[in-house]
Amino acid sequence: MLALARTVVHRDLLLALRRRSDVGTALLFFVIVASLFPLGVGAEPNLLRAIAPGVIWVAALLSSMLSLGRLFAADYADGTLEQMLLAAAPLGVVVAAKTFAHWLVSGLPLVAIAPLIALQYDLAPGLYGVLALSLLLGTPVLSLIGAIGAALTLGLRGGGVLLALLVLPLYVPVLILGAGAVEMAGAGLDPEGELLLLGAALVVAAAFSPWAIAAALRISME
Amino acid sequence: MTQAMNSNSTVRWFWFASPQTFFPLAGSIARWCAVGAVLLALAGLYVGLVVAPTDAQQGEVYRIIFIHVPAAWMSMFIYLVMAGWAAIGLAFNTRLSFMMAQALAPTGALFTFIALWTGSLWGRPTWGTYWVWDARLTSELILLFLYLGFMALHAAIDDPRRADRASALLAIVGAVNVPIIYYSVLWWNTLHQGASVSLTRAPSMAATMLTGMLLMALAFWAYSIAAVLVRVRCIIRERE
Repeated sequence: MLALARTVVHRDLLLALRRRSDVGTALLFFVIVASLFPLGVGAEPNLLRAIAPGVIWVAALLSSMLSLGRLFAADYADGTLEQMLLAAAPLGVVVAAKTFAHWLVSGLPLVAIAPLIALQYDLAPGLYGVLALSLLLGTPVLSLIGAIGAALTLGLRGGGVLLALLVLPLYVPVLILGAGAVEMAGAGLDPEGELLLLGAALVVAAAFSPWAIAAALRISME
Repeated sequence: MTQAMNSNSTVRWFWFASPQTFFPLAGSIARWCAVGAVLLALAGLYVGLVVAPTDAQQGEVYRIIFIHVPAAWMSMFIYLVMAGWAAIGLAFNTRLSFMMAQALAPTGALFTFIALWTGSLWGRPTWGTYWVWDARLTSELILLFLYLGFMALHAAIDDPRRADRASALLAIVGAVNVPIIYYSVLWWNTLHQGASVSLTRAPSMAATMLTGMLLMALAFWAYSIAAVLVRVRCIIRERE
């Protein structure tokens, strides 16, 4: 089972490597959205410092949602997905591995580049660690929940906007906990509670969403 | 005797699981519930607007709760019922369950909207603002988004079978998330120390107020059943 997961992850990473610009686009989107806020609300340093955690998290949320369309679309278009459904290998493991690979190319770069945005917002240096940790725990949850939506909207017209409508309300707890952790740390309090809750959300999502994704794919491919 | 009744009721359940046999039953239940809804609403509004005393603190404004509170109850309850029908549909593969879930969604969204709308109308004179990022208001708003997402997904898929099953799965995922969303929003609200106003009303509520509210809640129940069954009949006519 682990070998199967490793194969799927390897294959998806290789495919992502061949289409590098796709990965870059989502990352660039994250940076641009975060850079737009100061232009909209003004460059008052205190204000920017106050809104930084929320803005970075919302930008990460939108960026992760935009890249969801790629998760199954290419495999659906060339028929690979059908073969995966027919294969003897458990579909839950396959989709979990695919989601993990997707997070590696879309979520992990966000974690890496977030401190740069934090620098633009003049966030206190002590908060970088909490910000990165909250993103590290939170973005996989976004990928896992989003994959359910991506599987449900597979091959539909207007899929992108529909996906946003389905997935964004479900993202709310992650956003609250993630941005909340950074704000708690910023207020001089211990963010451990929020980070632990994010970790719990990750465990629950990792346990249950592969089933839901597999069920959604079976419904969509019937 | 008991056994006979049990087996009898079991047979009946499966008998009415077929859209063809359910169609006339739905029609007669809908008719009775519609009549009941009108009578109960008239009684509830009479008790609420005429009999119930004026509130000592809020004055006449509080009377909106006779619409607001039952609507808020229905909005949450209908989502659970919808997810329940969706789960039954996925488990037993019965067409009628999916049709019930599909028919419940617009009524639930309507009540969510009414709850938000009347809430903001009540908030303006009481809190001095139409909208407060209170935990209940925020989670009600997200509930509205969940209903709209369910309906949008169903509308976007042309094949009715796939539409039914996909939106059923979404409803179940949403139902699992609703308590998580509620508690995270509640927690977020206390962190932000936003609105210091509390939605909890005076602990002692006059008996007539309670009566009015319960009558209105029953009226909303009857209306929901009637509206949903009429909608189910339309869906059956469209599909079968």
